[in-house]
Amino acid sequence: MTTAARLPAASVLTAADVARTIDRIAHQILEKTHGAHDAVLLGIPTRGVPLAHRLADRVGSFEQVSIPVGTLDVTLYRDDLRLHAVRPLGTTVEPAGGITGKLVILVDDVLYSGRTIRAALDAIKDLGRPRAVQLAVLVDRGHRELPIRADYVGKNLPTAPRQKVRVSLAETDGVDGVHVLGPDEEAK
Amino acid sequence: MIKHLLSAADLERAAAISILDTAEQLDRALAGREVKKLPPLRGRTVVNLFYEDSTRTRTSFELAAKRLSADVVNFSAKGSSVSKGESLKDTALTLEAMDADAVVVRHSYSGAAHRLSEWVRGSVINAGDGTHEHPTQALLDAFTMRRRLRDGVGDLAGLHVAIVGDVLHSRVARSNVLLLATLGASVVLVAPPTLLPVGVESWPVDVSYDPDAALPGCDVVMMLRVQRERMGASFFPSAREYSRRYGLDQTRMSRLPDHAIVMHPGPMNRGMEIAAEVADDPKRSTIVEQVTNGVSVRMAVLYLMLGGAAGVDSGESE
Repeated sequence: MTTAARLPAASVLTAADVARTIDRIAHQILEKTHGAHDAVLLGIPTRGVPLAHRLADRVGSFEQVSIPVGTLDVTLYRDDLRLHAVRPLGTTVEPAGGITGKLVILVDDVLYSGRTIRAALDAIKDLGRPRAVQLAVLVDRGHRELPIRADYVGKNLPTAPRQKVRVSLAETDGVDGVHVLGPDEEAK
Repeated sequence: MIKHLLSAADLERAAAISILDTAEQLDRALAGREVKKLPPLRGRTVVNLFYEDSTRTRTSFELAAKRLSADVVNFSAKGSSVSKGESLKDTALTLEAMDADAVVVRHSYSGAAHRLSEWVRGSVINAGDGTHEHPTQALLDAFTMRRRLRDGVGDLAGLHVAIVGDVLHSRVARSNVLLLATLGASVVLVAPPTLLPVGVESWPVDVSYDPDAALPGCDVVMMLRVQRERMGASFFPSAREYSRRYGLDQTRMSRLPDHAIVMHPGPMNRGMEIAAEVADDPKRSTIVEQVTNGVSVRMAVLYLMLGGAAGVDSGESE
């Protein structure tokens, strides 16, 4: 964060944009799952967790359906554990009623290489056997390294690998917003 | 994270709390799961090198390593090359040649784990060396206290802990005194003068010879096993007198504050240092819980020592 803080930051989504985007994803979830009756939301820490809670909240306000929300820490399933100093662990909370037989919707803030989602799929396998797994992200910034795609995307954001995408949420950062940090000359 | 865990004094406050937090997360991650296994130590080898008999510590380390998907080799002195006269150093070199990532060692000589750490490249975890230290026991005890009395977060500042009994021969007591001081708890050692070590006045503790005076103000009472196997001479007149004077029976337990817990590292001598009704008390006794917590805490230690890249300082991660 210290180097990123010195880079120029361009605002991509304002707080109002973030709220509208979450509303749209909530509608899309209802549409695509025909009412989200057997859906559960699994937020990936850190910012996937408040996003999952907000989505459940919005879905509940549009139609009278209450989606269980859980938290899935994927640290222990990452493929780069050996490349870094040991990582602190996050919390895993199974949603009420478990995930077996359910439609699990993974929720994360940014989709990038796809490695976090691969780790999440492995972690899910140890928790139970869902009927299906879908993925919702606030920002898809491209540069996939694995054959993974999102079912619900808040914003497609073409970036250069050198740039950073910073998602801020009121719950974790005090304010909502999405920024791109760094020079954009390599962006395509 | 540190390379070796030889003494509870190797852990600074932040490192100790990070172990307890990690144990809490691992415990939560595995709770109620069908597959009680996590993948971070796949392909790593943990050797359990036990020169002394042990049931709970060895099984606990074995289970902890297996739940993190490490490969475990058990090497006990009985029925191995050690009973044929092999020295600790030669055994260490053998293990070295087999490229173990971590060696969990228990030995009857104080300092054995420290010596071993000079001979092997992998991490060494002291699982009890003579009358010296047993750091993972202190960690699981701290974890148990924190869970019961501090809602599983932070340190143990302000907690009053009494450690009662055979302090002289107890590596559990030594490690606990060090770790509890690091975590901010205050400790009183309660024992007959013959069972207190020389130099105890330099430890960060109070000392009392009288359990009836010391216990009523305590949040935690940790009873120690009377270690007959380490006693050459007689340290007290009779088992009966020791039990009357220092054992925890129901009368003594009833004088504890309502929230106070009773701990014992096991194995217990029922009727000697602890009465059966006290050991089985559903509200206060944490003896079975300590065993369960031991697995989580040892998983945390193994993960933090072996889970990341070797030789990289833990900085902030994204």
